[in-house]
This record gives sequence, structure tokens and C-alpha cells, in this order.
Amino acid sequence: MNEQVNVIDLNAYFGHIHVLKGINIAIEQKQVTAIIGPSGCGKSTFIRCINRLHEVVPSARLSGEVFLDGKNIYAPDVDPIEIRHRVGMVFQRPNPFPVLSIYDNVAAGLKLNGVRKRGQLDGIVEESLKMAALWDEVKDKLGASGVSLSGGQQQRLCIARALAVKPEIILFDEPCSALDPISTGKIEELIFRLKQDYTIIIVTHNMQQAARVSDRAAFFLLGELIEFDRTEMMFEAPADKRTEDYITGRFG
Amino acid sequence: MRWNNLISVAAKEKIAFGALFFITLFILAPVVVVLWIIFKNGISAINWEFLTAMPKEGMRAGGIFPAIVGTLYLVVGATVCSLPLGILAAIYLSEYAKENALTRLINLAIVNLSGVPSVVYGLFGFSLFVVFLKFGASIVAGSLTLAIMNLPVIITSTRESLKAVPDYFREVGLSLGASRWQTVRHAVLPFALPGILTGTILSIARAAGETAPILFTVAAFYIPHLPHSVFDQAMALPYHLYIIATQIPNIPNSYRYGTALVLILMVLLMNLVAIIIRSKFRRKYKW
Ligand SMILES: Nc1ncnc2c1ncn2[C@@H]1O[C@H](COP(=O)(O)OP(=O)(O)OP(=O)(O)O)[C@@H](O)[C@H]1O
Ligand SMILES: [Mg+2]
Repeated sequence: MNEQVNVIDLNAYFGHIHVLKGINIAIEQKQVTAIIGPSGCGKSTFIRCINRLHEVVPSARLSGEVFLDGKNIYAPDVDPIEIRHRVGMVFQRPNPFPVLSIYDNVAAGLKLNGVRKRGQLDGIVEESLKMAALWDEVKDKLGASGVSLSGGQQQRLCIARALAVKPEIILFDEPCSALDPISTGKIEELIFRLKQDYTIIIVTHNMQQAARVSDRAAFFLLGELIEFDRTEMMFEAPADKRTEDYITGRFG
Repeated sequence: MRWNNLISVAAKEKIAFGALFFITLFILAPVVVVLWIIFKNGISAINWEFLTAMPKEGMRAGGIFPAIVGTLYLVVGATVCSLPLGILAAIYLSEYAKENALTRLINLAIVNLSGVPSVVYGLFGFSLFVVFLKFGASIVAGSLTLAIMNLPVIITSTRESLKAVPDYFREVGLSLGASRWQTVRHAVLPFALPGILTGTILSIARAAGETAPILFTVAAFYIPHLPHSVFDQAMALPYHLYIIATQIPNIPNSYRYGTALVLILMVLLMNLVAIIIRSKFRRKYKW
């Protein structure tokens, strides 16, 4: 298998708080990797190190290396903007730009990057909405406001917005935690389909969800990576007692 | 305990609301009374001539047209000078500047500057613009003085509005591969705009009514014509009001109150514009 993201001895800090402690992990191409662990253990911080979003927090620092297709994204000559083109992100709360129409929300990333030609935009917007399984629901009201949609639709809109930039990797930070079961099911189906074309890393608090969508799972605890394995293995025969305790709901 | 049981929760709530209502009335009453007195005594002076004619007979007759125009010039001049500068400074401070000793010093300066009495700005403007830069008492000098007085207020209100935009808006922009400036420009600024405009207009409305900053920098006692260039002195409503209220005897009272009424109406009008802009944007840019 092809290792697309290779994290070597990653340490992350907020001020003096040591949030991630010596993380080593290799994430495979076109697979879904779930990040699980109790609240505050550093899951969000971890994925934000992969698209260089950690560094935008004023107090944040980090050490270590993150290789993307063999190139260290923290090398001095690397432009974080280019990394963020390649590594898209979907946030916990569905967060379309409230002023913008559905169309403009999807086109936002492209417009921010200077794509202006209407024909080109039209094509990518349609394609992205189709990939995000939202096209049929919104094709007649592309001019409506993005926030006029339901929560689940908004989250798929955000997925379409991330897809439109044509990333290789998509990070999901608890994408379903604000959604009802039906919308959650749709997003999960979508993730399952997206993995044909994208490498996916998803943070989730929901063990069933991790079991359903992911190929591999990583269990974090207090900033350390405790266990990383094929998802079935981890759920059927966890190697570490702490993983077992967490998965079976004995704490967390 | 007994007391608590004697009165129902609903009754207590009614009493509390009643008390708050009367306190509100109490605060509002003086404002209403002042406005009413000015309106009652001033409305009879207001007619077409009063608004559009030059003053005559040592300002005892005619109109206040040059003072209205002078105030408009000053307001526009101050806005043009302070708005872009203030907004850009605030964007820099809240979106770019790192937290360090220098920015803390700047913040302290801004907070202190907004508390400086306006007469101090007047003296500062006089020595910098009128004397040192040799603009003389002029519309430029007055506008710049008012602009400097407004800057801390504009910067503070702009920063507050920027701070009110949730961080995730910025992160979404950045996560889509936008640069910092693109993110600020497209994902932050539009949402902060109503607050920025409201704060700015309110500060400018306040500047329109100030006497002290224009006293030494622009205000002319009596010029029976309009200024020819921005380097001319001009009359201005607050100063004109001060003059006719205290310096010139035998002016019909309605002239004094009429002038005050016009000034108040101009300020109210600006506030009204601020409210309209805000509610318009609120509807469009809510999140
Ligand atoms: N902006 C910040 N400034 C300071 N500390 C922070 C900041 N963001 C997170 N932290 C701290 O870093 C630690 C890890 O946070 P992180 O958000 O990565 O946890 P998480 O595993 O994603 O939790 P959750 O499941 O609740 O989302 C927490 O202890 C948190 O308090
Ligand atoms: Mg999190």
C-alpha cells in the first residue's frame, strides 16, 4: 500500500501546553483513517497539523515532520497555501459562508484562488455538488443562500466546497456531530464513495461510525497515539488495554 | 422565606419589569425634555431662508447656510481622512499583528487616546496643522484634527466588529487555500462591515457636534460667503451656535434654538443612516 501521509515524531503545543506527544503514523492513500479518543486528547490538533492550520493559532507551536507524498510540508520552502490546496478540510459545525449563495459557496475556494471564468466555475460547481450528493436537491436553487439549507445539506455543501478546490486528501473533524441519524448516514455513504478518489482522515466520537466508515483507526489518549491498526483488528482485538476500555465505553 | 412564598413568581417578575421600565423612563426623560425645548423654541426660526441664506446684520438675521456647509465639509473631510486609515489599522492590529510588547503599547495608546478631551485634540491640531505644517486655520486643518480625534474610536469599534466574527470563518478561508488577506477580505470583512459602519458613523456624528477641536483650527467667527478652497477658514454649526448664544446680544432666541435644532437634526440624520445600514446588513449578513 501507498503511504501518502507520513508523520514523524510530531509534537504540538499551545503555549506551554504539550498537546501532541511524539506522534508517528503513516496514512495510506485512498483509505479512510479514523481518529478516535476522548475529548481534549488532541484529535483536532493532529489533523490540523496535516493542513498546516495549527500554526494559525497565535500561541501554537510544533516540531517534527509531516511528509506528504515524500515531501516534508514543514520544510522552509513550502508554501502553506499550496498544502491547503492539496489537503481540504470539513469542520465540525456545518459552516457555509452565510452571505453567499449555494453556488458561490461551492465556488468560494476557486474564486479565492483566482478562478473567475464562468464556464469553468459552472462545471466544477456542478461536479462538486454531484460528488457531494447534493446536486439533485439544490440544482434548481443554486442562487439561494447557503444557510437556507438543512444542517445535513449544509454539511454536504461544505464537503462540495472542499472538493471544488480538488484536494488529494480530505480531513473531516467530527463532520456528523451536529447532524441527525439520516443526515449522518448520507455523509457516511458519501465518505465511502469519496475514498475511491481521495485519502480521508476523519475524527469521530462515534465508535459505530468509525467501525462503519474506516479502514484503519488510530486511538489517541492524552496527546499520545496509543494504537493504530486495521479497524476490524482494533475493534475485535485491541492490543492495548486502554484502547479496549475506550472502545467498550469504560471511559471517555 | 415567608415573603418569597407570599408573592408569586409572576408577580415578582411584573414588579421587576415595572421598576426597570421606570428607570428607563427616568433616563430618557431629560433627553426628551431637552429635545422638546429646542424643538419648541427653534422650529419657528426654520424656513427656507434660514437654511439657505447668508447671515446678515451681524448674524442677527438672514440664515446659517455657510455654517451648515462648513460642517458638512468638515464631516466629509474628517471621514475621508480617518475611515480608510482607521479601518486598515484595525485590520492590521486584529488580523495580522502578533501579540508582543509593541502591539500592547499601541493598544494602550489607542485606549488612552479615546479618553483624551476634545480640546486637547484642538490644541494638538492647532500646533501640528495650523502652525507647524502652515496650513493656517483652514478646512484641511479642521478636518485632519477631527479625523485624528475619530481614529481611536474607529479603530476600537472596527476591532470589536472584527473580533465578533467567529474564528472558524477565518479557518474556512485558510483551509480552502486562500491567503490571509483574501480570507480577511472575503470571509471576515463582509461580516464585520455593519458594525464597522455603525461605529464609524456614530463617531463622525459626534465629531460634527464638537466645538473644541475646530475652535483653533478652522472655525471662523463670521464669513458671509462660502469657502473657496479647502485652505479657507469656514463657519461651522457648533461654533456658530456658541457665538450667537454667548457673544452677540439681541439675537432673537428662535435663531439660537433654530441653529441648535439644525445641528441636532444633522446628527440625528447621521445616526439614522447608521441604523438603517446596520439593519440592512444584519438581514443580509447574519450567521
Ligand atoms: N486555541 C487553543 N488554545 C489553547 N489550547 C487549546 C486550543 N485549542 C485546543 N487547545 C487544547 O489542546 C488540547 C487538545 O485539543 P483538541 O481540540 O485537539 O482536542 P480534541 O481531541 O479534538 O477534542 P474534542 O474531541 O473535544 O474535539 C485540549 O486540551 C485543548 O484544551
Ligand atoms: Mg476536536
